[in-house]
Amino acid sequence: MPEKSDLPQGTLDLLILKIAALGPVHGYGIAQRLQQISRDVVQVPQGSLYPALHRLENRGLLIADWKETETGREAKFYRLTRKGRAQLEAEAATWKRLSEAIGLILRTSEGGAQ
Amino acid sequence: MNWWRRLLRRNEMEEQIERELRFHLDQHISDLIARGLSPEQARREARLALGGPQQVKEQCRDARGTRWLEDLWQDARYALRMLRQGPSFAAVAVLTLALGIGATSVMFTVINSVLLKPLAYPDSERLVTVHVQTERLGSTWGFSYPDFLDLRRYSHALERLGAWTYGGGTVSQPGEPEYVDGRQISSELFSVLGVPLLKGRAFLPQEDRPGGTPAIIISYGFWQRRFGGNPEAIGASLVFEGKPCTIVGVAPAGFLLDGEVDVLTPLGQNTEVRMRNRAARFIHLVARLRPGATVTEAQAELALISARLAKQYPESNANLGMTAGPLRQELVGDVRPTLWMLLGSVSMLLLIACVNVASLLLARAVSRQRELAMRLALGAGRSRLVRQCLTESAVLGLSGGLASLLLAVLATRRFVALWPGSLPRAGEIHLDWRVLLFALAVSLATGILFGLAPALRAPHRELEPALRAGARTISAGSRNLHSAFVISEIALAVVLLVSAGLLGRTLLHLSSLDPGLNVKNVLTAHVALSPSVLTNPAQARAAWEDFLNRARHVPGIRDVALTDIVPMRVGENVLPYWTTPAPPPPNATPVTLASTVTPDYLRVMGIKLLHGRFFNDHDRLNSTAVVVIDENLARHAFGQTDVVGRQLWSRFLDPGPLAVIGVVGHVRHWGLADDDRSRVQDQLYYPFSQVPDHLMSLFSSFMSVAVRTDIAPLSVVEALRREERGANGDQTLYEVRSMEELVSASLARQRFLLLLFGVFAGLALALACIGIYGVLSYLTSQRVPEMGLRMALGAKRGDVVRLVLRQSLALIFAGIFSGALGAFAASRILLKLVPGMHPLEPATLLVMTSVLLIAALSASFLPARRASRVDPASALRQE
Repeated sequence: MPEKSDLPQGTLDLLILKIAALGPVHGYGIAQRLQQISRDVVQVPQGSLYPALHRLENRGLLIADWKETETGREAKFYRLTRKGRAQLEAEAATWKRLSEAIGLILRTSEGGAQ
Repeated sequence: MNWWRRLLRRNEMEEQIERELRFHLDQHISDLIARGLSPEQARREARLALGGPQQVKEQCRDARGTRWLEDLWQDARYALRMLRQGPSFAAVAVLTLALGIGATSVMFTVINSVLLKPLAYPDSERLVTVHVQTERLGSTWGFSYPDFLDLRRYSHALERLGAWTYGGGTVSQPGEPEYVDGRQISSELFSVLGVPLLKGRAFLPQEDRPGGTPAIIISYGFWQRRFGGNPEAIGASLVFEGKPCTIVGVAPAGFLLDGEVDVLTPLGQNTEVRMRNRAARFIHLVARLRPGATVTEAQAELALISARLAKQYPESNANLGMTAGPLRQELVGDVRPTLWMLLGSVSMLLLIACVNVASLLLARAVSRQRELAMRLALGAGRSRLVRQCLTESAVLGLSGGLASLLLAVLATRRFVALWPGSLPRAGEIHLDWRVLLFALAVSLATGILFGLAPALRAPHRELEPALRAGARTISAGSRNLHSAFVISEIALAVVLLVSAGLLGRTLLHLSSLDPGLNVKNVLTAHVALSPSVLTNPAQARAAWEDFLNRARHVPGIRDVALTDIVPMRVGENVLPYWTTPAPPPPNATPVTLASTVTPDYLRVMGIKLLHGRFFNDHDRLNSTAVVVIDENLARHAFGQTDVVGRQLWSRFLDPGPLAVIGVVGHVRHWGLADDDRSRVQDQLYYPFSQVPDHLMSLFSSFMSVAVRTDIAPLSVVEALRREERGANGDQTLYEVRSMEELVSASLARQRFLLLLFGVFAGLALALACIGIYGVLSYLTSQRVPEMGLRMALGAKRGDVVRLVLRQSLALIFAGIFSGALGAFAASRILLKLVPGMHPLEPATLLVMTSVLLIAALSASFLPARRASRVDPASALRQE
């Protein structure tokens, strides 16, 4: 198993928004998704997930209601609000620019070393 | 969802978090079981993955924005519960704070109304007073009438200019003759102040000049008293000073210039000589600045105008400056520094109260250490605990503040009534939102102030030792903090005690001063002669002669005299004099207090005759002009006291030389305390019989009677009044005072401050003793095991008592030392503010600090004795 690394600061919110964008989902579902998507590369402590969800709900980026799951239990499902979608697009764009820039720097320095 | 709805639905939110997390766990567990784990293993793994459920919940609550409010609510309820659990602690703390905050609020209420609030006139910040300034006299209110007219003509920065001067008199009809207080005002005065009349109108410009139709404005009080508030009073006739005047207006209730008066008359109708004399400065000015003009601009303009007048009228106006200043400052006068000083001293009281409560709280916080450590271990954040401690002390502070408002409401009136003389703007003093805000801010600030130390200390320690040892051991840090509390309390108490001691010493010294006269059995009163005789000098002289004769026959009266000024009563006449026929340059002229008296004055007042003789019936208009001077004038003018036969010149009394026929002792005319600081130290008497005819009517309106009695002076008042009603029955006595009253009133300010400081110092002493007792009881109770060990090892009871007392003695001396430094600073302030104040002497310091030392030592003796009664075996078992 590869060694897991910590999630970079601020990216948890972005990932949650991205997952919620795909359709209403409960907290446990998000935790599982995160694990699947990241293929066990990043470590998401489940304990920090819920405070993040509540923070995003409080900022009006997510909205939640209680619904039944397929197994017939009541769960709190989170959806993206319009404001949340705009935030997701903005943050995704920022992230893309940032990672490209960092990638570019890393590639150049390798070239310089050779 | 709004924040307040979230707040209201707090329980629902809590339940939702709980359900959400339970769902998460259940789901995870069933997934893990599906993957083949045993139920126990699955449960364990799921729990580990999620982390501590309480921490997660706590973080979720934090993530919501209303967290602080919810906490505040919770903490406040928790704090109230804690207070209910320890009612005696709560009562002591709240009472202590209520006293401190209450006293501070009372002082602030007064300062707010007297010093801070704008005057109750429209655009009152544009109102200024104009003063004249001379090198000799400094800045005084006195303007001459011609100067006022010129200033009104030339000034642009001053939009409107009003003038007023004193002008009481006898109202003889309708109703009983009565002397009423009054002012003569110029026609613009009401429009300068921006005050509309309640009924009728202000004076017209044509009424404000010689020969104008006699008109009069009456005050609200006079209107109610004499006319029962009947609107028909407007247009009615009132006989004032023997002249029928038409009432043209009623001033609104509460209208006052420098005090409440009954009637206002037009200044311009006054035909006295002094109205045309530029050197006679008896007019007060009030002006309204043109919109946009500043006091500085007005000042510059006044400089130009006064320079012009000085050039035009060098005799009277040379070296005469004019200055303008805000009316509010003028009205408030010299009470400003006194009020701030009092606020400063009650703040010290408040600080002592804070320190007391802080040490109580700290003791509790240390004994609650275990609880707090437990909560830290259970996952509470440190900042959360600090916040909770602060909320507790803020709740305490606010309860104290609430109680203090009650105190302020009750005490403010009493304080104002206690003020010596009249406190300016006293009628405007009441609680308002500013005071409420102040009390709220002070309560919160004190709550945080005394809560901060315990709050910051409490969660500061390492968890493990705290949990293990519990509340039984005490760290050096908290002992130091306690010591600092005791030291600062004692220091503050020393400052107040020494100040009170200083004031007491000063009052004692001042009361023992020789006033220069025999104050026992002397009665003084203003006399308002019948207005009909005032205009004719010969009739006035005859009326005075008759007055003296009748008074002599009143039973109980031994001697009678007339005088224009009475020692220690408001009123003065200061004249320049010189000792050569040619007057010296104006700036170098010495001045003297001058009073005109009848021959028996010396006997009535009991003033000592040092050389020569006093006046007798042979000193008349056509005989040599004579004067009697006091020892100070003799020494200043001639360098010795036996100067009978020498000559003086004072143009206002006589163009020729004045023969000195006697030298008398100095009288503390300006008050027992103030006399030494007065700029006028010399005194001169001249015979009433030699006042020239043209001044007779003016002087007659100033005169007072002084009588020496064989019985209690106030008991002759009725008989004297009955005897002196005059031929027309409209002659009256007013401002009746015994000399003893006047002397005692001259020390009213010192007595008032002594009373306040005495109360403050007493409270400070009591609070400091309670504080020392509390802290030492606590510290020694923490040292019980140590004491037990010492006694087990052979220490005697006396050793233990000495040990505790030595500890407290060190604190007390540290407090006294720093307090003495503060007291020295305080004495400097008092020295500046209080006339006749004694400088700080080692004796005063020693006496007052030993009072504190004894009180503090007795407060520490109880805990010391308790410590010595410790049973070594049980004490050691506690450990």
